[in-house]
Amino acid sequence: MTAATVTPTVPATDAREENPWARAWRRLKRRKGAMFGLVVVVLFILVAILAPVISPYDPIATSFTQVRKPPSWAHWLGTDEVGRDVLARIIWGARASLSAGLVSVGIALGIGVPLGLLAGYAGGWIDAVLSRIVDAMLAVPFLILAIALAAFLGPSLTNAMIAIGVTATPVFIRLTRGQTIAAKVEDYVEAARAVGNPHWRIALRHVLPNIVPPLLVQASLAIAGAIIAEAALSFLGLGQQPPSPSWGSMLNSAQRFIAQAPWMAFWPGFAIFFAVLSFNLLGDGLRDALDPRHK
Amino acid sequence: MLTFLSQRLLQIIPTLILVSMLIFGLQQLLPGDPALIMAGEERDPKVLEEIREQYRLNEPIPIQYFYWIKGVLSGNLGESMRLKASVSSLVAEKLPVTLQLAAMALVVALGIGIPAGIISAVKKDTAWDYGANVFALWGLSTPNFWLGILMIFLFSVTLGWLPASGYVRMGEDWRASLATTVMPAFVLGNAIAAVLMRHTRSAMLQAMGADYVRTARAKGLYEKRVVLKHALRNAMTPVITLGALEFGTLLSGAVLTEQIFTIPGFGKLIVDSVFNRDYAVVQGVVLVTATTYIVLNLLADVAYVLVNPRLRG
Repeated sequence: MTAATVTPTVPATDAREENPWARAWRRLKRRKGAMFGLVVVVLFILVAILAPVISPYDPIATSFTQVRKPPSWAHWLGTDEVGRDVLARIIWGARASLSAGLVSVGIALGIGVPLGLLAGYAGGWIDAVLSRIVDAMLAVPFLILAIALAAFLGPSLTNAMIAIGVTATPVFIRLTRGQTIAAKVEDYVEAARAVGNPHWRIALRHVLPNIVPPLLVQASLAIAGAIIAEAALSFLGLGQQPPSPSWGSMLNSAQRFIAQAPWMAFWPGFAIFFAVLSFNLLGDGLRDALDPRHK
Repeated sequence: MLTFLSQRLLQIIPTLILVSMLIFGLQQLLPGDPALIMAGEERDPKVLEEIREQYRLNEPIPIQYFYWIKGVLSGNLGESMRLKASVSSLVAEKLPVTLQLAAMALVVALGIGIPAGIISAVKKDTAWDYGANVFALWGLSTPNFWLGILMIFLFSVTLGWLPASGYVRMGEDWRASLATTVMPAFVLGNAIAAVLMRHTRSAMLQAMGADYVRTARAKGLYEKRVVLKHALRNAMTPVITLGALEFGTLLSGAVLTEQIFTIPGFGKLIVDSVFNRDYAVVQGVVLVTATTYIVLNLLADVAYVLVNPRLRG
């Protein structure tokens, strides 16, 4: 391994210079909104992981003596139309929402970043073809493309994640491509090329680490979008299938009982709102903290 | 200008072709025999053969695409299996409903988003600015189907002011029409208001720092005139063009909003055809949506060049 292959994300000219990630973290910590977002995101993740431990009831156990009961000490957030505990369903529903957010953005990153690197680094006809495909996909409004994909794939949570992930991909291709083109002409890439690194190594070891910050910002905002999209697909019946709990499908059944049991609609929607808000706040904060122009 | 226009027009052709391929390709995702799925409950081999014949399912995929796109170009978007009507007639019937909703939503979005953006830029770092930013975050993070349900609960169930669902055409009874569309329009406009507020704020902040604003102030003009006449006029250009891109949000939002308020528009047509497994309608509607979006983007680009003399070649 040559010295050039272990280049840190920023050339360390001075050993005392602050690590860029440490600096970003220091800046992020100063932003109240971002820290609030981060804390809530971590809380949601903990709730999703610990669902079997903290859930007060079985989320799919029905009880015909407990149909549409308002919030009480026994059922903090009330019960739904077949007597299931709303709080338990929200806690378990966090799994569907968060995994949909993370998995679909994972898919979008997994396809989008390599293709964007390829388009930006190789240029020429590869770039032309990929860019036109990106234009075509972006021409269809996000949710409509996701609905169409989910409809043709068939309704299930997995297919909804695939549909949302594929729909979110073009944004990542475009972002990675643009950043790669900008990074390609930097001195450190020139230097890496001069010492004889192969193209794939330059792209993966020198360009990629330097374009992580904007990707990270976009990813956290995309998770917010994916959580709303999953809830929307589940609300329409194209995502998580009953009786498995998901915030979107809870809202779907709640709509029919809005006059008799408004609590059924309030809490799942609040959970979506809160999760999306936190990822948005975190994304906004990361953008400010990672942008070298902000000092 | 003409060169720019023709260049842009040439650019959208490959995009349109790829969009059509993408939408046609959706069909290949269907698990199993497409004829069997398109037929729904129908199991008669004769009907299946007819469907295969009609959609040329026995031909290779490129040939199938060729016939499909040939039909599309001559205005034939396919037939609805369930409604026994042509997709183009369905689109023509439903589109005006969604356009009314979209126009009202835009009024809401512009009416809230632009004043909020101006105020937050002029009163930067005050409680006003803070409040406007909170509003924008709320607008961006609230799922519109939730907001719709909450509004139905408040205005229809609790207060009884507005009908919870249904739609009356403008021509029939404009009061009833407004009553059925005001809530959905607000729900739809809310998220776009947030985006417009953010665009207006940053464009206004930039304009307020510009030399011509300083000149206007130095001339002794009233601050109100400086803000509304000098800064706002220049700030509006990017806001309007960026706003045109929100058309996609509007259509995506219409799918959910029309579902909640049972409004028989374009969005409901998509959802209903998804559940009726009426795939030709889904493809047709998505194609119309994408084409409209591409054309609107083109118009936004042209408008941007028209109002910005520096970009004219």
